[in-house]
Amino acid sequence: MTLNSPILEIKDLRASINNNEILKNLNLTINRGEIHAIMGPNGSGKSTFSKIIAGHPAYEVLSGDIIFKGASILDLDPEERSHLGIFLAFQYPIEIPGVSNEDFLRLAYNSKQKFLNKPEVDPIEFFTVINEKLKLVNMSSVFLSRNVNEGFSGGEKKRNEILQMILLESELSILDETDSGLDIDALKIISNGINTFMDANKAIILITHYQRLLDYIKPDYVHVMQNGKIIKTGTAELAKELEIKGYEWLS
Amino acid sequence: MNQSNKTLNNNITKLVNQPYKYGFSTTIEKDILEKGLNEKIIRLLSKKKNEPKFLLDFRLKAYKKWKEMKCPEWAQLKFSEIDYQDIIYYSAPKVKKKLNSLDEVDPELLETFNKLGISLSEQKRLTNVAVDAVFDSVSIATTFKQELAEYGVIFSSISEAVHDYTGLIEKYLGTVVPIGDNYFSALNSAVFTDGSFCYIPKDVICPLDLSTYFRINDEKSGQFERTLIVAEENSQVSYLEGCTAPQYDNNQLHAAIVELIALDNATIKYSTVQNWYSGDQKGQGGVYNFVTKRGLCAGNFSKISWTQVETGSSITWKYPSCLLVGEGAQGEFYSVALTNNYQQADTGTKMIHIGKNTRSRIVSKGISAGNSKNTYRGFVGVNKKAIGARNYSQCDSLLIGNSSNSNTFPFISVQNPTTKIEHEASTSKIGEEQIFYFLQRGISIEKGIELMISGFCREVFTELPLEFASEADRLLSLKLEGSVG
Repeated sequence: MTLNSPILEIKDLRASINNNEILKNLNLTINRGEIHAIMGPNGSGKSTFSKIIAGHPAYEVLSGDIIFKGASILDLDPEERSHLGIFLAFQYPIEIPGVSNEDFLRLAYNSKQKFLNKPEVDPIEFFTVINEKLKLVNMSSVFLSRNVNEGFSGGEKKRNEILQMILLESELSILDETDSGLDIDALKIISNGINTFMDANKAIILITHYQRLLDYIKPDYVHVMQNGKIIKTGTAELAKELEIKGYEWLS
Repeated sequence: MNQSNKTLNNNITKLVNQPYKYGFSTTIEKDILEKGLNEKIIRLLSKKKNEPKFLLDFRLKAYKKWKEMKCPEWAQLKFSEIDYQDIIYYSAPKVKKKLNSLDEVDPELLETFNKLGISLSEQKRLTNVAVDAVFDSVSIATTFKQELAEYGVIFSSISEAVHDYTGLIEKYLGTVVPIGDNYFSALNSAVFTDGSFCYIPKDVICPLDLSTYFRINDEKSGQFERTLIVAEENSQVSYLEGCTAPQYDNNQLHAAIVELIALDNATIKYSTVQNWYSGDQKGQGGVYNFVTKRGLCAGNFSKISWTQVETGSSITWKYPSCLLVGEGAQGEFYSVALTNNYQQADTGTKMIHIGKNTRSRIVSKGISAGNSKNTYRGFVGVNKKAIGARNYSQCDSLLIGNSSNSNTFPFISVQNPTTKIEHEASTSKIGEEQIFYFLQRGISIEKGIELMISGFCREVFTELPLEFASEADRLLSLKLEGSVG
């Protein structure tokens, strides 16, 4: 695989929910090895953008294309996109009562193994696999026996998302406001996990409101999204400028 | 409805609408009585079975009561009126000669039960379960009878027991569920045709799980079975019940009675996996399941535990209950009720605390999908004398999709200040966002729903005997696995 080859290309993407157009001619190219931050005011379409890439059934793509690793993924189901290497860390990770985190993680891991034609692992083998990953996000194995996100604190939920990202070895990770609601310590742990995970073959999109996160994870590009399209692209400096000036001067 | 809800509903509809596997019927020569219900039919039926006079009197008395009663309307159920004159009350495979062993059972019948996964051949001891197989109105075979007899355990069809153990039947029949208890118990008492009888003598722990498999085959006949289990002092038994029926466009009536009696220190565990035909996707056809199940904890420290997995029938009306009379008696009710399409279930339990320090535990899990209606109805009653009685109830509902309906009606009546009662209830929904979470992690919709359902039902499934736990799992996945994508 060559460096600087595009992993994701979004071309003139228009998308809607309930006949309400949210994305309007969005264009974005992301290469392997790059970290992109997307900022922008509330309601500018950032979360919608992440869900559309992941294939959420509520959204309808009106025109344009999403090319992942050289092929369009518009016709693929969400689980196929996941198997190909797209991961979405949710802004509000959902609670799943009655399902233990361990079972959930193992099922996700084995689904990916199966897709890769690799042998599925049994619970004992999986324990070894997951234990190593747990260390990266500073989680104790007690988390495994609890139900998925049920009764987790805000910080624990976000760490659980990053744990899954690491476990599934995702190639393109979209982190939707992973930093919101975190205290400084948790932010450091999560940033550490992400930085350790990141390499030249992967790409990360950080959706965030705060420059603070970017002190820990250095983006190559910062984009400002407004009204369903990217209106400005810059470097980490842009985020600092936004922190002081807000968004109004851009429009 | 927005697009996403449609997508979700479509996926779930595909998923839950698995074809019913047991919908075939068996063509067999039958011995039937003409349609309709009247005194003449009851006398004929009793004569056909060569019954003692006490039983005929019992039936006639019940019929008289039934005629004066009205079909109860308090349940959350809607169904067209049942024409009792359009039902065949006796339908039995024709017996060519008297059977001396299983080898002589009509191969067609053995094949039917094999297809249902019930092996009647005694060589297959692996299953470790003794089976009484009931086909329409009669019991066709009971396995392991001899082996059980060595322990003094009686396990036979109730028709045979009426002849072989007349005294026991006369002593206990109708003592827990009186003839006039309710409309359907009166009907059953008048026309019941077969069922199982189990008797566990003093100090015996029954070496095998006992089970009855009920099969409705005939399109026009009702099934009215009667089960009676008596556990003497210090005895224990685990009993399993399974049910299926062919797929017909009209509705079959099933009105059963189960009576359990536990004496001092005796334990009865009664488990049911009910998978009668539930009707098609439009709500056409299916079995009307009106069942009265009640256990009497007569002895001190006796225990009766009901576990049920209700997945079939177009209508389920069923409240397995416990009368806790003996001191320190315990009653338990564990239930999973799954409804889909236009199925309606109104089910729950009654725990009546009469003795001192009696305890009861209720864990009910209702899952509703499609346009179905799933109701939990429970009653916990504590008598003045029941000093120190305790009850714990937990009622959880899980909704799948946007068109199903779930209700919980817990009634509590306490006449004793020393009572402790706990009640917990929850309602959750398998929603679009949960499913998307699974999908985003590469887990298919079937696997995701299966995992959520099995997590939701875990507390109940762990109560099932091993042989049934796997069947219950299989059954739920069968109903929920599907052809998505």
